[in-house]
Amino acid sequence: MSEAEAKPAGRVIPAPAVTVESQPFWDAAAEGRFLIKRCTACGKAHWYPRAFCPFCASDDTVWEESPGEGEIYTFSIMRRSPTGPYVIGYVTLDEGPAVLTNFVDCDPDSLRIGQRVKVRFQPTDGGPPAPVFCPA
Amino acid sequence: MSLKGKAYIMGAWEHPTRDAPDKTTAQLHFESARGALADAGLTFDDVDGYFCAGDAPGFGGMSMVDYMGLRNVRHLDSTETGGSSYILHVGHAVQAIAAGKCQVALITLAGRPRQGQGGRPGGGARPGQLSDGAPEAGFENIYGGSTHNTYGMCAMRHMHDYGTTSEQLAWIKVAASHHAQWNEHAFLKDVVTVEDVVNSRMISDPLHLLDCCVVTDGGGALIVTSPEVARSLNRPKIKVIGSGEAPKGPSGGHGLDLTYSGAVWSGPRAFAEAGVTPADIKYASIYDSFTITVLMQIEDLGFCAKGQGGRFVADGNLISGVGKLPFNTDGGGLCNNHPTNRGGITKVIEAVRQLRGEAHPRVQVANCDLALAHGTGGSLGTRHGAATVILERE
Repeated sequence: MSEAEAKPAGRVIPAPAVTVESQPFWDAAAEGRFLIKRCTACGKAHWYPRAFCPFCASDDTVWEESPGEGEIYTFSIMRRSPTGPYVIGYVTLDEGPAVLTNFVDCDPDSLRIGQRVKVRFQPTDGGPPAPVFCPA
Repeated sequence: MSLKGKAYIMGAWEHPTRDAPDKTTAQLHFESARGALADAGLTFDDVDGYFCAGDAPGFGGMSMVDYMGLRNVRHLDSTETGGSSYILHVGHAVQAIAAGKCQVALITLAGRPRQGQGGRPGGGARPGQLSDGAPEAGFENIYGGSTHNTYGMCAMRHMHDYGTTSEQLAWIKVAASHHAQWNEHAFLKDVVTVEDVVNSRMISDPLHLLDCCVVTDGGGALIVTSPEVARSLNRPKIKVIGSGEAPKGPSGGHGLDLTYSGAVWSGPRAFAEAGVTPADIKYASIYDSFTITVLMQIEDLGFCAKGQGGRFVADGNLISGVGKLPFNTDGGGLCNNHPTNRGGITKVIEAVRQLRGEAHPRVQVANCDLALAHGTGGSLGTRHGAATVILERE
């Protein structure tokens, strides 16, 4: 294990800002379900979730439960943090969209671009749990 | 209608302070404006167009117009694209002048991040309260993104895709430090080596401490005028012959590619308007929030092929008098100044110095008649605004 190992008691994720547009996502997150938005007009999934499709401007979008699996597109280990190092990065979901997130439950120095990861939910500071990813 | 040559930069002034505990941000805006107006040979009463961005205290441009005593303003623009705003404002000033909306445009920037005054706007909702802020906030702001780690993500992927190395990135800082040693106002004046950079402590992988720009208080201002006003002034005429701007973001998450910036669009727009190519440019001011910022923009502007930036910047190729593309001869944001964490205006100011022949003699580019200034504002790792201007000495 390296000195940069993510500590479970490290950085606390602040409460996410919840909007009328994103409320269903966070309600599902509270139940441990990871939702993405898909457009029924053009068929594409997008991230972050919007009420409309950013590719074809249709209102015909539906929430879809995702297994939350994908691969690491990129990441960076933030060493300057009062609560210890933490990892920010993007996951390319198997459904297509890239998701900004934290990588947890891992040795940060062992992470690699292209590595398979899976979603899990982490408590936040007074808000709904937030999706984070760990090695699959 | 071509905007080529429809306006001139006739005043440019960089505030000498790098640490200003004894002044307000508004005061630094005023002093910068006064400096640029004096440089041009104009007064506050000559200003009829005012341009500022989010660093200007108060309500849009109105507080600053009132505070500075600008009595004749008939055109306002407070477009905010972070650190690139002021480069974008030059292009907007040309448009406004060409359209007859103003004749003397004043652009100001100032701030005091060293005094804890540089915080960015925004912030999430309180727990249990619905937010109506930036639509991405709930899905992004909670993950601890900062400039360091979001640019770190870009560097990590660029290294993965193109084999770029930390040593190659370090050459960008080395070149900046070679220039900064001659700048009496530079925040960091010491020449550094590639080893110094790669051995400095890791901030956010793969960016080391010396891959990061300085944090400085300060300010700057520019005066852009109509050709008629320019002809009446006793300063070298720096003609704006091309400008371009572009936003870039994650675009719904499909095809995310953090290895290029909005310069792939703003650059060609500016070059097309100017009717010149990257090979014609004698001096380039390239936004340098981090070393990776420079490398990506050099590729995206067409100074070398995509992915070849690491080889291009190595071995002193950015050092004035040594390499093929002298850049940031004031020491740039990496060594000289990054006032209020926004480096756009100092990019234009040093390009103007070069074109006037007023750069430090040790870094002055010979026969410098064509220069480029380019900036990125926001974050390369999420969403940003790119702006390019091409300037010619008349």
